[in-house]
Amino acid sequence: MAFGRSKRGASKATPAEPVTLKLLVAGGFGVGKTTLVGSVSEIKPLRTEETLTEAGRPVDDTAGVESKSTTTVAMDFGRITINDGLVLYLFGTPGQDRFWFLWDELAQGALGAVVLVDTRRLEDSFAGIDYFERRSIPFTVAVNHFDGAEVYPPDAIREALDLDAEVPVLVCDARRRESVRDVLVSVVEHAMRRAVAAQQTEPRPAPAR
Amino acid sequence: MTDRWFDDAAGPVVRPYAMTRGRTRSSSDEVRLDLIALVIAQSRDGEGPAKAQETGDGGGDNHQGAAGEDTGGGAHDNTDVLADNSLAPEHVDIVVQCRRAPQSVAELAAELDLPVGVVRVLIGDLIDADWVRVSRPVPPAELPDESILREVIDGLRAL
Repeated sequence: MAFGRSKRGASKATPAEPVTLKLLVAGGFGVGKTTLVGSVSEIKPLRTEETLTEAGRPVDDTAGVESKSTTTVAMDFGRITINDGLVLYLFGTPGQDRFWFLWDELAQGALGAVVLVDTRRLEDSFAGIDYFERRSIPFTVAVNHFDGAEVYPPDAIREALDLDAEVPVLVCDARRRESVRDVLVSVVEHAMRRAVAAQQTEPRPAPAR
Repeated sequence: MTDRWFDDAAGPVVRPYAMTRGRTRSSSDEVRLDLIALVIAQSRDGEGPAKAQETGDGGGDNHQGAAGEDTGGGAHDNTDVLADNSLAPEHVDIVVQCRRAPQSVAELAAELDLPVGVVRVLIGDLIDADWVRVSRPVPPAELPDESILREVIDGLRAL
């Protein structure tokens, strides 16, 4: 088969092939996911589209447009080249809750996630938080500060969202590169703490499920 | 070669899955290609996979042998892909892009402006024909080890 079976050593034997990792950016519509990706991506945020057919049917109200059997959902993504051997991709998850199956695909193998929150519409972030909690994907809650919105201390947000103590909560400005960088660092640190903890409690490699 | 039929009012004249002749999965699609799987151009000058191709279905493709001999391998001369009549323009685009640098599935989809599902099928065709191969990202079950995560953190901090 043409797939490079990626045993651990494989990347060392052929340094020409970078390891690729992904982080997800979730949050409600208009919360600034695309802006966040654009702030740190070395490429202009790209947009890929997935054409849906059956999947959207049960919930899409197609009354009057019965002939419309496909719909398109766009995903924004960006890239950060860490070094020759390591490339990080950022994916903005589709805003609408009904595209869960796309989330599943995106979440597979994801290193971690950012849940971007607008304090004026806290409830928009529930779906993302819930999703990552249930799949044990490490995530950071980043409060995107909008001009004119009231500023709440991170602890108040943690309480309002009923987050576990281990979940980092940061206030950020999705337009600022350094701010977004700090958010991403926090996600990876969180992932690392969890990986270390998992190793300590379970020394054997987990059997593939 | 790369310009696509497009009508301003109606959108693309060719429906996306027409490019895959209606297929929504490719033959080598036993594992779904991840969005961040890297597609790497394969050199076709007699490495293992290329040989397998010859004994497989290569018998009828005489035109390919000639083109492959002259240009094959490392040279980034694209006459060989362009000469392959079995490939659609979109296939050729993918190979040409990947020869410049390995590309993730998501990047290819964005650059070719095609749905990911279509690009997956096209990449599957190219894998079957040994034009490209795919490096799989870290398998979902195992997290990258600590040293990689440390590298990511350091790299991000340096942004």
